[in-house]
Amino acid sequence: MTGVIGKSDLFGAVLIAGAFLADWRLGLVILAWLGAWRINSTLADSDLSIAGWLVPAIFGIALLGLWELVVQLFGVPLVILPAPSDIAAKIGTTTDLLWADFIQTFVKGALSGYVIGCSTAILVAVLVDRSPFLQKGVLPVGNFMAALPIVGTAPIFVMWYGFGWQSKAAVVFTMVFFPVLVNTVAGLKETTAMQRDLMHTYAAGYWQSLWKLRLPAAMPFIFNGLKIASTLSLIGAIVAEFFGSPIVGMGFRISTSVGQLALDMVWAEIAVAALAGSLFYGAVALVERWVTFWHPSQRN
Amino acid sequence: MSDVATQAAARARVGDGLGRWLQGSLGPVVAVVAVLMGLWYLACVPMNIHGTVNLARVHGFEAMPEGRKARAETGTLSMIAQNPAAIAFTFNEEKPRLPAPHQVAGELFKTTLGTAPTSKRSLVFHAWATLSATLLGFLIGTVAGILLAVGIVHNRAMDMSVMPWAIASQTIPILAIAPMVIVVLASVGLTGILPKALISAYLSFFPVVVGMVKGLRSPDHMQLDLLKTYSATSAQSFWKLRLPASMPYLFASLKIGAAASLVGTIVGELPSGGGQGLGARLLAGSYYGQTIQIWSALFMAAIVAACVVGLIGMVERATLRRMGMAT
Repeated sequence: MTGVIGKSDLFGAVLIAGAFLADWRLGLVILAWLGAWRINSTLADSDLSIAGWLVPAIFGIALLGLWELVVQLFGVPLVILPAPSDIAAKIGTTTDLLWADFIQTFVKGALSGYVIGCSTAILVAVLVDRSPFLQKGVLPVGNFMAALPIVGTAPIFVMWYGFGWQSKAAVVFTMVFFPVLVNTVAGLKETTAMQRDLMHTYAAGYWQSLWKLRLPAAMPFIFNGLKIASTLSLIGAIVAEFFGSPIVGMGFRISTSVGQLALDMVWAEIAVAALAGSLFYGAVALVERWVTFWHPSQRN
Repeated sequence: MSDVATQAAARARVGDGLGRWLQGSLGPVVAVVAVLMGLWYLACVPMNIHGTVNLARVHGFEAMPEGRKARAETGTLSMIAQNPAAIAFTFNEEKPRLPAPHQVAGELFKTTLGTAPTSKRSLVFHAWATLSATLLGFLIGTVAGILLAVGIVHNRAMDMSVMPWAIASQTIPILAIAPMVIVVLASVGLTGILPKALISAYLSFFPVVVGMVKGLRSPDHMQLDLLKTYSATSAQSFWKLRLPASMPYLFASLKIGAAASLVGTIVGELPSGGGQGLGARLLAGSYYGQTIQIWSALFMAAIVAACVVGLIGMVERATLRRMGMAT
């Protein structure tokens, strides 16, 4: 990519020309894609400091634009793939509904299960940590459980705790418990003998050295678990609603709208879920940055 | 005297054996699993006591508070205290709220070894429906993920464009799209194994991309410079340095991807209703209140997941040992 016009540009031009001859719509789509790509590869090779966020932004916008273009030009029916503009319009007209679903699924289901599940897992990990025997047993079992499709317990919890948010919180609890437990147990083993000896010379008791040394040292591990759990919690809450829910909730809306082939509504919910998921993850990552500022991975 | 000494030595040997067993990795695992089993059995009593007492006439004992309404208002503990005869029956109900471990094991045995694998009642049949879709999707997702990772490592524009989105995509619940993908593909005439495989493919795709990019970038400057002094081409340094160095990362993300794609397939089987697969089995069980069926499908899913992840782990150990990277 040294010259202004390279070999790949010639190839692209030939491709666009060929596509235009076959079908002008196809030509337009390929032109838009290669045009955006050309801008990005020029930007990526430049030393501009804004390229770091501009390139992914252009890529994302180009994808959305292409999606819109394909749907409009080829007349893709709404029941197969709605255009981004349709989805945006749907979000605009159903904000109240989306907000109610968000509260039901995210705040009541996912968040409560997440908080209870993670705090229980950390407490259990601290207890398990007191016994080397338990540690050796809990780590493999917990690792095994974390790899299982726990979301399949959803029908059981719906049967036990009814259609309300409580059953969703229970599914989320089970899903987040093991990753956080395993990471916390591993994290509590992080301190070196030297550090523990130092606490010993200070005549620190068990709780003092736990509170001042071992828990802080375990924080990068705990946050690793908490970040994994943040994604799992939303998945658990949404999927559990597929097995039964009151007439509100993101999973409920997705499954009923799919049944009615109202795909713009489905995509609107997915957009909300994506936004909620990444904001939740971002929030946990932000707290991590604040708590584990001393860790090498947080220093730039 | 010598008798006592022999006995003491024997006792010491037993104690030693027990001690070694306790210090090894197998002992604690067995102990934890045994405790979990015990808790499970214990939980059966309070979970099922109301149902069992309501069926007292069938079981042939006197239900203590007369009348269903009075029983519904009785607390779990006082219910157990008033009906000690019911406790034994709580482990063998037909439709319990919580089936006992031996009931689940019995159902698993009956539906795997006791039924022909071609029958729709066979759990092997449903497990295979799920596993085949998972494996096909996992293969598609892994190959696509590795190819994209190679592209990302060799093309700066691709790296900067795709990588942030690949990482961000791991924070969003993509599983929510599964029902829509199934229904939309069915409406354009695609049914059977492929729609499920596509869901499992995109669930395993992103972990593989992220892990593989990390792996292909894991050789340090020293090693890359060494290859440069050998005047190795970028293809040569890819095959001889980057690809071998990425193997541990690849296997780690393959395990994550396999688990994710199994969950994807199971969720993808939900909208198909009475169809094939462990997900369909879970849904049918929850429609008809067949708790034992739900639990056995769940355990089958766990067994399948454990087998797939275990198999990847074995391939990983064999590969890393051959490459001299095993620890």
